[in-house]
Amino acid sequence: MVKNAFIFLILIGVAMILVNLFAGFTGNVDLGQIANHYVANGPAEVGSANIVTAVVVTYRGFDTLGEVTILFLSAAIVGFFLKIENTDNTERNLKYTSEILNTASQVLVPIMILFGVYVFINGHLSPGGGFQGGAIIASGLVLMFIAQPKKEIGHKLINIIESISGVGFVLMGLAGVLFAGGFLDNNVIGLGKFGTLFSAGAIPIIYIFVGLKVGSELTGIALSLKENQNEA
Amino acid sequence: MLNIILAIFLGILIIVLAIMAVLNKNIVVAIIAAGAVSLFASVLYLILAAPDVAMTEAAIGSGLSTIIFFYVLNKINRQNG
Repeated sequence: MVKNAFIFLILIGVAMILVNLFAGFTGNVDLGQIANHYVANGPAEVGSANIVTAVVVTYRGFDTLGEVTILFLSAAIVGFFLKIENTDNTERNLKYTSEILNTASQVLVPIMILFGVYVFINGHLSPGGGFQGGAIIASGLVLMFIAQPKKEIGHKLINIIESISGVGFVLMGLAGVLFAGGFLDNNVIGLGKFGTLFSAGAIPIIYIFVGLKVGSELTGIALSLKENQNEA
Repeated sequence: MLNIILAIFLGILIIVLAIMAVLNKNIVVAIIAAGAVSLFASVLYLILAAPDVAMTEAAIGSGLSTIIFFYVLNKINRQNG
């Protein structure tokens, strides 16, 4: 009873704070100073048709590096704790996957991977980017894991792709220090013609690395969980 | 105007599904409800003109994390015998 009253008091306190915020909310009619700078000068400075990409990869590129590092760390921790210990090759008695799921996955998986690649290569032109593309690729591969559990994908291949793309991302950032204005500056190889596929300097290259890295990390997490299903 | 009505409808649906995910005793239903929260949230983000966030939410929130929850649930069920 005392506990419930306590919870009720806390809820009332939270509600009081939120009521103040809600009453004071007016909504922004126009952009703030920094957002205004991004929208006005983004296309000229970065050459990216998608302003969100310009902010995420170039103006706030260091934050993206931090996010990718956090994702790498969590994937590494999952892999560490799910280390396969008994390798006595006992056959998993798998349940029968339905014909519909099996056939649909064979059609959908290549299309999903292709769409993921499209999303991260076109990150500077259309909505989406490295993270989204990588997540779509991982979803496709996880669909394959569910539909065809017997199919093997090597951890080694995933790890190699992940390492290469991580190092490539940082090297592109360092190339920005050497040839352009600073770390992760995209004006390394010239900005190109605005709005075409080969434009926005290093953004497509960085997004390819980010997409492969995110895709391989998320796939790696799902793969370690899948391989551990047999163990008690 | 239609967008606002749809957004409010989706918001109510998300709250109902979230309460269902917390209170339901059957864990499978709770996981699916949590995945549906993400799915409707991604539609809401699309209506609120944030397609980048919507894509992430749809792929990770409703796709991958639901599957990962199911893998973990299966593992826990095995461990508990």
